[in-house]
Order: sequence, then structure tokens, then C-alpha cells
Amino acid sequence: MLFRYRGGEGMLAWAFHRIAGIALWAFILLHVLDIWLAGVNPDLYNEVLQLYASPAGRVGETLLGAALLYHALNGLRIIIMDFWPAMTRYHRQLWYASWVILFAVGIPGAYIILSPIWTGA
Amino acid sequence: MKLYTRSGRARPQSGGWELAVWYIMRLTGLGLFVTALAHYSVVHFVFDPAEQTAGWIASERWGSVAWRTVDWLMLSFVTFHAFMGMRTVVQDYTSGGVRTLLTMALYAGAFVLFAMGTVVVATMPFPVK
Repeated sequence: MLFRYRGGEGMLAWAFHRIAGIALWAFILLHVLDIWLAGVNPDLYNEVLQLYASPAGRVGETLLGAALLYHALNGLRIIIMDFWPAMTRYHRQLWYASWVILFAVGIPGAYIILSPIWTGA
Repeated sequence: MKLYTRSGRARPQSGGWELAVWYIMRLTGLGLFVTALAHYSVVHFVFDPAEQTAGWIASERWGSVAWRTVDWLMLSFVTFHAFMGMRTVVQDYTSGGVRTLLTMALYAGAFVLFAMGTVVVATMPFPVK
């Protein structure tokens, strides 16, 4: 439905921004909690850390990075259009540009984060 | 008015608090563009999650007051941005008493999270060298 509805790129940009935003909010809850744990119970925190360093954790962090980068780039696109209204004419091009940047930065980034899974480092 | 497709919330015409929130969402968004992306890069590309024990945080990541200040600024930005963003989501899908209840829960949650983050960044001891 999301792709067939007539909203086009602008609607998809909005939907992804919202989904990524909710996911990031949920992660912030977890992340402040785990860093708080590093202060009150360092040993327990060090155990939790093993989850972040595990293969499943690395996949999760890669997805988190993708959500963060998408939300950041599309957020910049929103700000550009808010304060330079003429750019709303090019909202599609801005959205495609954000995807180009996302993959250009994200693929090498994902490689760095995921490579310890197969090198065993 | 609605000539173009856009994905941001329209600038509130009412002025006052809601307009202030609209601006602060954009300011904190820009702040997070710098601090959150830099933070993600530092903990994933400069270092690796496997080495980031509680001791590492105290000695490396938070080894100086400057880094702690940067991270506390990031905490301030993200608390406002994430919880006010969720408030927009709540306002889009709920109404009446449910909306009031969820909005109050978000404000309370933001306060608790900000307090927890502030306490840990301010009180984690520097390592004795």
C-alpha cells in the first residue's frame, strides 16, 4: 500500500522519516539506560556490551546507522525546504540525493562495522 | 498553499510555544546532525564496540571535561528532539484523554531520561592514573 498509494516520493520520504524517527527514539531509551548502567554497575554494563559486539548486535547497529543517516539527511532536506521554499520544487531530487549519499557513506560504513563477524576480530 | 509535496511539519501559524517548538526541532536537528553522526562515527569507525567497556568510557571517551560537555549537549538535543518528535506522532494518531495521557507520559519520560544521562555523565569518576 505504501508504494502504490499516490503520494509518491514526498510521502515515502515522510513515512521513512517517521519510522526511522520512532526507531531512533526507542534506541535512545535503551542507550541512555545502558550508559547509566556503566555508571552504577560497570560489571553488568560490560556484560551488556557483549551484545553490542556480537554478530547480531553488529547487524542491529548497521540498521541503526542506516536509520540515523536517513533521518539526518532527510531532516536536512526538510530544513532546506523550510528556509528556502524555492527548493520544494526539487524535493524529489533532494530525496534521491540523500539516498546517493546514504549508500555512498553507508556501504563502506557497514563493511567496517560488520567485518569483525567474519574476520573474528 | 499545498502546491508541493514536503515531509516536514508545516510551520505553525499560531506563534508562541508551538512555533518555538517548531524552530527548536530544527535547531536541535542541526545540532544532532553534527553531534550524533560524529558520535556514531567515533564509537563505530574510530573505535570498535568490542573494546568499549565501562573502564574505556571513563578513561577514553569521557577522559576530559570537554568530551563530557559535548556529550551532555548531545543528550540535551536528543531529549528534546526525540520526545517532541514522538509528541507529534502521538498528536497525529490520538485525541482526547489518550492524547493527554501519552503526552504527559512523554514529558515525564523525557525528564527521567535527561536526569539519568546527566547524572552518569557528571558523576562517572575519572580513572585514577
